[in-house]
Amino acid sequence: MKVQVYVTLKPGVLDPQGKAIHHALEGLGFGGVSDVRAGRFIELEVADGVSDADLDAMCAKLLANTVIENYRIERA
Amino acid sequence: MKTAVIVFPGSNCDRDMAVALERVTGRAPAMVWHRETGLPDGIDFIALPGGFSYGDYLRSGAMAARSPILRSVADAAARGVPVLGVCNGFQVLTEAGLLPGALMRNAGLNFVCRTVPLTVENSQSLFTAGYNAGETIDIPVAHHDGNYFADAATLDRIEGEGRVAFRYADGVNGSARNIAGVLNDAGNVLGMMPHPERAIDAAHGGTDGLRLFEAALGVLA
Repeated sequence: MKVQVYVTLKPGVLDPQGKAIHHALEGLGFGGVSDVRAGRFIELEVADGVSDADLDAMCAKLLANTVIENYRIERA
Repeated sequence: MKTAVIVFPGSNCDRDMAVALERVTGRAPAMVWHRETGLPDGIDFIALPGGFSYGDYLRSGAMAARSPILRSVADAAARGVPVLGVCNGFQVLTEAGLLPGALMRNAGLNFVCRTVPLTVENSQSLFTAGYNAGETIDIPVAHHDGNYFADAATLDRIEGEGRVAFRYADGVNGSARNIAGVLNDAGNVLGMMPHPERAIDAAHGGTDGLRLFEAALGVLA
């Protein structure tokens, strides 16, 4: 089955890449955007027997750096 | 004095580090490949060099921090063996949890490559005993992800415990409180973004990095 992992910067952690994207959007004439935060999307193909606890451990140990990032797991 | 340099795929300062270690100890370091599961016997000092280990995939240093040899490095660090991580090596040490915080994309988004002044904050550690507290030294930086981040409580703690070894004298990359180098709580692990191994020969523009190696390797005159 497919599992989708969304890794995002924690609130309060400065996101220079998001800021650059925001500036670029403004440069293209897109107004009305007040903030941009960039993150990472990871899709895993896993056996049905892989538990939620296993997925959580994968995120905590490798896929996200929990010093600066949060993660959200969705089973497709 | 037996030293080791850990080599990852994508390391590119491993030979510079080896030259620095050999210059100071008179003996070539063991070059230890990331797939090794153990260090050579009797290693007294371990260096994690700069570069782009594993192409910076996932996050800078993230893959290297989970490589087999890092378990041995962590074990050695726990026994008190000095471990120096420079640039990508610093990123690896934070990713491995051997040092607090994380290194993020530079605030200005640019790769910064120039010699910068550093303020020595702590001259009591085994790595910095050759400097005077408050002294300014010139050391090159070359990085894209050197923006040090930790939460306010962690920053307060490491500052209070004297674990900030170096600060940038001027802003370089957006690092919290201008932190350029951090020690672990036992004081035997140092991570720093600037490259002391690039400042050991006057012909290369300066020798301010040499005293770090002389102090850490116990050969300070």
